[in-house]
Amino acid sequence: MTAARHPGYPLPVDENANQTPPEDRPRARHDLGGVSRFMCEPVDTAPHALTAFDRQVDALRQILGMKGIMSVDELRRGVEALTEAEYFGLSYYQRWMRAISATLLRKSVITEAELRNTLSEMP
Amino acid sequence: MLAAGARVRVRDDWPETRGPCHVRTPHYLRGRTGVVVRHLGDFPNPEDLAFARPAERRPLYHVRFEQEPIWREGHAGDEVQVEIFGHWLEEA
Repeated sequence: MTAARHPGYPLPVDENANQTPPEDRPRARHDLGGVSRFMCEPVDTAPHALTAFDRQVDALRQILGMKGIMSVDELRRGVEALTEAEYFGLSYYQRWMRAISATLLRKSVITEAELRNTLSEMP
Repeated sequence: MLAAGARVRVRDDWPETRGPCHVRTPHYLRGRTGVVVRHLGDFPNPEDLAFARPAERRPLYHVRFEQEPIWREGHAGDEVQVEIFGHWLEEA
C-alpha cells in the first residue's frame, strides 16, 4: 500500500459505495465523469481557434450578465436542458446561443416573433 | 460548518429524476464517503441561481476521496478532490 500523499487526512475506505456504472445512473447527460466512452480516448486539450460567432456569443453573454439579465448559472442550466442530439451535435458556443435564446424567451426579454423576424433578416 | 478532517458522505440523492434542476455535485460521488479538506467560503446556491430564484449563501468545501473505488482505476494513494456544497454532505 502506497503512503497517502496527504497524511493529515487519511481517506476512508469506501467499500459499500454504490457501484452502479455511470451508464445506468440517472445522471444528467452533461455529467460525464467516468462515462466509458470518454475514458477510452485521450482528452483533446489543444487550443481551439475562436470564430467571430464564438466571440459574439461570448460578448453577448457578458453583456447580459453585466446588465443583470442572465447569470452564468442560468446559462449552464440552459445548456444542460438541451436534448441529447443538440448537446452532442452543437459546438460549444452554439450550445451557449441556444441556452441564451431559450432563457431570454422564457424571461420575456425577447419574443418568439422578434427572434423569428431577426433570424429571417439575416443573410 | 464542517471542519477540515471531518468524514462526510455525499447525499445519494438524484434531483435529476424529479424534474428540471441544476446540480454541481457529480454523479460519481453520490453516496461516496470522503474527507473535508477545507472550507472555501460561502456562495449563493447555484441550484437556485440557475432558475433566477433568490439564492441563500451556502458553505462550499474541498472534499477529497479515494480515487480507485470511484472509477476502478488508479493506484492506492490516488485521490479525487472536488468542490461540494455543504447541503450535499452529511457527517459519516
